[in-house]
Amino acid sequence: MHIPDGFIDIPTSAAFAAIAAGAVALSLKGAKSSLDDKTAPLAGLTATFIFAVQMLNFPVAAGTSGHLLGAALATVLVGPYAATLALTIVLLLQALLFADGGLSALGLSAFNMSIVAVWVSYAIFFTLKKILPKTKSSTAAAAGIAALISVPAAAASFVLQYAIGANATFSVSAVLAAMIGTHVLIGIGEALITLFAVGAVLASRSDLVYGYKGEKASLEIRNA
Amino acid sequence: MKQRNFLISGFVASLFLAGVVSFYASSSPDGLEKVAQDIGFSETAKENTNADGALADYGVKGVENERLSTGAAGVIGVIATGVISTGLFMLVRRKSGTEK
Repeated sequence: MHIPDGFIDIPTSAAFAAIAAGAVALSLKGAKSSLDDKTAPLAGLTATFIFAVQMLNFPVAAGTSGHLLGAALATVLVGPYAATLALTIVLLLQALLFADGGLSALGLSAFNMSIVAVWVSYAIFFTLKKILPKTKSSTAAAAGIAALISVPAAAASFVLQYAIGANATFSVSAVLAAMIGTHVLIGIGEALITLFAVGAVLASRSDLVYGYKGEKASLEIRNA
Repeated sequence: MKQRNFLISGFVASLFLAGVVSFYASSSPDGLEKVAQDIGFSETAKENTNADGALADYGVKGVENERLSTGAAGVIGVIATGVISTGLFMLVRRKSGTEK
């Protein structure tokens, strides 16, 4: 869902770049509380893993592919602020080094993937956590469901940008229907990868997982 | 699992995915590209400013072998992302000893 230069006009791109920059600034502050000596390296690893898996396009329908977005994965592993930073770093490197996503469209893509997808994931994940049993498997399942919805949410956010400032005049409702239809399918792949990856981290180092913290706080021995 | 082993396994898995598995990824257009083609607004896309870059489109310029070219680009990307993001998160983190 990396937006190339030219799809959206410059004023709209600049406005979303300003919003994204503000969100990154807030996230730099917010991430401090969730990152310590142990979780900061996990956040780095999360960004690295997302970069790697974003290279792996999987087929979703005839002539269409999709790849992991990673917003739900990062949100559950390291919290929403660090997730915003991780995804923004990935998008920045992809645009600068690999010509994947336009530079003028970076703010648009960051808004959709590093902000909208992250906070939608956050809302869904923590709502589900309240309902579901406090187990590792339900934590992984909640991450998967958040992932499933985060992808069409980011797609809808692109359609909003298209409606505001597209350089084309095709109907917004046609773009919306096509974007949601395709990205629900990509969301299924997103859900499976997120479920598996969160499950793997929970199995080896559940103590590092942001979305699982507090589940066993009563058993924890805290060293000063 | 020890922190060090956990981080090393995750990093090696990322290197393997970007360096080896990426060659087998689907080359079909992604969701947004496909929608843009089907609806017709793909023509408004401009060429990427970095389209002539040494690593553009996940290939190393001048490396003919596609498997090698994609794999090397993936490895470079994983190392770059790893170094830059871990560096940033270590700078941002609460230093040990400070209260939450």
